[in-house]
Amino acid sequence: MSAAAEYRSGVRRTWCPGCGDYGVLNALQNACAALGIERHNLVVVSGIGCSSDLPHFMSAYGVHTLHGRALPVAQGIKMANKDLTVVVTGGDGDGYGIGAGHFLHALRRNLDLTYIVMDNRIYGLTTGQASPTSDRGHKTKSTPWGNPECALNPLALAVVGGATFVGRGFSGEPVHLAEVIRRGMAHKGFSLVDVFSPCVTWNKINTYDWYRPRVVKLETKGHHPADRDAALRQALRDDGKLPIGVLYETDEPTFADEEKSLQGEPLLKSRIELTDEEWNALIAEFS
Amino acid sequence: MTKNIRKEATIWIGGEAGEGIASAGDMFMRTAARSGLGAFAHNSYQSVIRGGEVVLQIRAGPQPVLSQGGDWDFLIALNQNVLDHHLRSAQPKAAALFNADSVTPPAAPPSAAWRGIPVGELLADLPRNPVMQNTVLLGALMFLLKIPWEVFEGSVRLQFGKRKADLAETNVTAARRGWEFAEKNFPPPDHIALAGDGKRRIVITGNQAAGLGAVAGGCKFYSAYPMTPASSIMHWLAPRASRYGMLMKQAEDELSAINMAIGAGFAGVRAMVGTSGGGFALMTEAIGLAGMIEAPVVAVLSQRGGPSTGLATKTEQGDLFQALGASQGEFPKAVIAALDPVDAYYSTVEALNLAEKYQMPVIVMLDLYLSEQNVVVDPESLNPRIPIDRGEVVREVEGDYLRYRDTPSGVSPRTLPGTPGGMHIAASDEHNEQGVLVSDWYTNPSMRTRMMGKRMRKMEGVLHDTEPRGFIREGPEEAELTIVGWGSTFHVLEEARRALTDGGHPANLIQFRTLWPFPAQKVLPFLRSAKRIVCVENNYGGLLARLIRQETGVEIPFAIRKFDGEPFSIDPLRKALEAVLVKGAPAVQTLVSSKLDLPVVFE
Repeated sequence: MSAAAEYRSGVRRTWCPGCGDYGVLNALQNACAALGIERHNLVVVSGIGCSSDLPHFMSAYGVHTLHGRALPVAQGIKMANKDLTVVVTGGDGDGYGIGAGHFLHALRRNLDLTYIVMDNRIYGLTTGQASPTSDRGHKTKSTPWGNPECALNPLALAVVGGATFVGRGFSGEPVHLAEVIRRGMAHKGFSLVDVFSPCVTWNKINTYDWYRPRVVKLETKGHHPADRDAALRQALRDDGKLPIGVLYETDEPTFADEEKSLQGEPLLKSRIELTDEEWNALIAEFS
Repeated sequence: MTKNIRKEATIWIGGEAGEGIASAGDMFMRTAARSGLGAFAHNSYQSVIRGGEVVLQIRAGPQPVLSQGGDWDFLIALNQNVLDHHLRSAQPKAAALFNADSVTPPAAPPSAAWRGIPVGELLADLPRNPVMQNTVLLGALMFLLKIPWEVFEGSVRLQFGKRKADLAETNVTAARRGWEFAEKNFPPPDHIALAGDGKRRIVITGNQAAGLGAVAGGCKFYSAYPMTPASSIMHWLAPRASRYGMLMKQAEDELSAINMAIGAGFAGVRAMVGTSGGGFALMTEAIGLAGMIEAPVVAVLSQRGGPSTGLATKTEQGDLFQALGASQGEFPKAVIAALDPVDAYYSTVEALNLAEKYQMPVIVMLDLYLSEQNVVVDPESLNPRIPIDRGEVVREVEGDYLRYRDTPSGVSPRTLPGTPGGMHIAASDEHNEQGVLVSDWYTNPSMRTRMMGKRMRKMEGVLHDTEPRGFIREGPEEAELTIVGWGSTFHVLEEARRALTDGGHPANLIQFRTLWPFPAQKVLPFLRSAKRIVCVENNYGGLLARLIRQETGVEIPFAIRKFDGEPFSIDPLRKALEAVLVKGAPAVQTLVSSKLDLPVVFE
């Protein structure tokens, strides 16, 4: 058994044949293996959607939460036990639609966790409605005359929102993707890894063949991830090219570095009962 | 005429928000607690930071004082409007204290004695501070109530010494001048004599008690989004949490707050959220998540007037069905309504225990009246050593582990992340004993039926644990009238019950504190044997009465209700209860605090 295979749960994977999410699952397992993460110290948290089934296929602790609420649950886990490695997975509807509010605040909160968004520019599990990343003009079941709204730009949003790591991968480039995820997980702070993960059933526009000529590997273009302006320029590119790789990485204090209550041992290890002295001091405050 | 001397007094302190009413109230309450008196303060206020009218209603007397009383014996009017608006609420022989520089008593025949104090003249040599008039007026009041000067002085020092030593000194001087002016000019009342028992006690609000319960109950994660009247739990915990290995996290919204708490609960720390009805509405989907993945979480729901933004700073018991019906589908949960601040402490600890023991959401219901009431209590009434039950947690796994094992109790011992061999997935979809979802691709009616049964079976244990404290009974077995209520109305109902009984109409009281699981079998004999039952609630629709009918089949024929945002006060309540005893009594009586009916002010 390969190192990556240890992270397989054995539960039958139910995505459509050819779904981009298989590549993301494999890449995540490879990244975990490369980092040597102990499975019992790994928690994979997801929302709702096709991609959110991912934790079922991982041999680790997992929580399959509500639509849009993976990030709050994951942050609660990390705040309770900062010793755990927490990976959050979900789709574009889950993270950039119904959960967008949490996404923005997770960026600036900078808890040390990794958020992998399997972005297929469509709602798959609900059978093909427009998503926050569907392009303007995209015809779907809910936008029969073409999507009248412009697509959300998650990378630009993440950079200006205070993310300390912003990366992107493509399911069609599994080795590259595993490396971006590995770097995201190794990063101390909140890391976003947005992944082009084509939906072969409901999105007939943004297919593997559509992505392949458009993606550009930043590593080959002399990009410096520490350069915030350069990262933003890449995120805002309008030349028809789609950059993949590590856009931005900076070293900032994490939530646990800053929060007074998280300076010592994980909350999980806090003493439960109050001492008599502590109780008496509390009561004295009221007298 | 000693028989006419009352041992208690009702004091109202009224002004605009920002005029220092809270600090005057705090000084009064601490003085009472330190001089062996009981006292109860209820703040009637509006949702504005400055301006708007605030009236702090305080009753002081022999410990315990458990409701805010009725009309005032003493009014400290910090501005003209307060005096004008509340004149009609004066009791016989009442006295109104005010700053004679800025407030003019009306020309109409006085309904109270005017006790104007020339504050400007008294404070001419002190640094100017408009809020200091409170201290002067409070000093005069303390003289009239014959409170020992040293005790009052200590409270003034405590109040202002926190900020600056010279501020404390100036205020002590101001208080003394008010005291001495009253001594020279105002005859002390001959109909009221407060006498403390010499015991020093503490002052605590319902929300502080809930916060204290969280700390004593081992809660290590509290998350919330600001919302009146729950926010003061957050405020109390924020500066203290880190001392106890606890994190108080303000979240971006209530959706995040409760989902964070569920995550923390899943990871193995005791977790709690606090909110009011609107925030709780946002939390409801996650309440079901906790039910489905069997994660412990406690939600404090402090009700205010609804629906929607409603009466943001007023009290109501309107959210019972929201709590009972929170989230889609069926899952185990408990709903506890605390009776008073001391019970808010115990309810919080109880909820934290139930949540972990049964791996489910537990809702603690408070309301604005209870959250914000400030009361003198015996410190011994708060037991710091309530047993903490962490539930069944598997620390070392041997062999195959099934997270959702179908057990006789329905409780499946859980593992916490970090435990080797205990890996599993907690899924919001229906799942099997392993946790793997069965909802989509294996249509599995038998597994669904089995897992529903496993979860719901836990309610038998919950009922067993909560039934003993499901409701409180007071008064004689044989009674003309049985009064039924829930939560925060306990003490005012008990006070009214005693008054009825003393007045020759024996009455008893059944006050519910566990609303779910409903202690139906236990309460049924008492309801069946009652001669005449009235249900008293701070809401429009008689929600408890409906729940009782649903769970016991007993139809309660009489109702006294109030949904004007104010709590019940003793005198109108007693009269309404007496009216129930009369033949042909109205089925529903709606009480209104009409004396506080103020016109909308236009600029």
